Amino acid sequence: MRLDVVLRVGVKLIIPFMLLFGLYVQLHGDYGPGGGFQAGVIVAGALIVYALIFGLDEAQRVVPRRLVEFLVPLGVLIYAGTGAFALLNGHNFLDYSVLAAHAPAGRERGILLVEAGVLVTVSSTMIALFYAFSERGR
Amino acid sequence: MLLTLLVIVTIAIVRMRSLFGVIALSGVYSFLMASVLMVYDAVDVAMTEAAVGAGVSTVLLLAALHLTKAREYPQPRPAAIPLLVAVVVGIALIWATYDLPAFGIADAPIHKHVAPHYLQNALQETLVGNVVSAVLADYRGFDTFGEVIVVFTAGIGVMLLLKGRRQGRDGREGDAR
Repeated sequence: MRLDVVLRVGVKLIIPFMLLFGLYVQLHGDYGPGGGFQAGVIVAGALIVYALIFGLDEAQRVVPRRLVEFLVPLGVLIYAGTGAFALLNGHNFLDYSVLAAHAPAGRERGILLVEAGVLVTVSSTMIALFYAFSERGR
Repeated sequence: MLLTLLVIVTIAIVRMRSLFGVIALSGVYSFLMASVLMVYDAVDVAMTEAAVGAGVSTVLLLAALHLTKAREYPQPRPAAIPLLVAVVVGIALIWATYDLPAFGIADAPIHKHVAPHYLQNALQETLVGNVVSAVLADYRGFDTFGEVIVVFTAGIGVMLLLKGRRQGRDGREGDAR
């Protein structure tokens, strides 16, 4: 157990950069390759790496399962809420042009919002799957 | 070259009995597939393939392997009917490709319908420089909503299945800690 010092230190060094890269992929998705799906998997990957090296209990202390189970539907709600907001303001479902004074700016904001919803749902679903599998294994 | 490697890896996956090796090879397959997608300039898809196919699904499969045996049971007898079905379907699919427009041709229907509009107007209409993101989240927002629902449903399903089974076997709450 104590022989994996290199792994532990290496993982501790690499995780901040993984999370930062996830955020970059998420927020830079407007201009380069990336978006909510990819960023969600990268963020979940950071936690999974942490769980693989430090154990499931440590990982669940960082991200409890209750939180994960709360986040899975929250992302869907962010996405659907963005759509419903447009609906309530007299536009079509998911027509983002109401979100700002100018239609293009509103659509940019809408894309940001729904991508955030995708990020939340995808990352927490991946973590939930990992938890479900590895909890059953012990 | 890449496609040849893909074929080799696929045959190795089919022939192999050790499931651990199969999982490692399917990671290799995903990375090769990501490289193929890179060659086609589909960077967004390549990124997803590398992250999901090679990264997360390998970990999930290893976790699933932990729950089962590590070796595949050999088939008791050669399966003639499945082989026949596979060959017939394969021939039908290859036959169908002759009706497709030539690969990479500029005036294929897919390049004539809405794609030019997206390519020319996405930046002005959405202020988002990456056309893929604009199409994904705005023009085709409804489809992406469906995808998110699919991910959500899959996650809920797995959680229910694995949690429910554990409760049944041990007779205690799944998250009582």
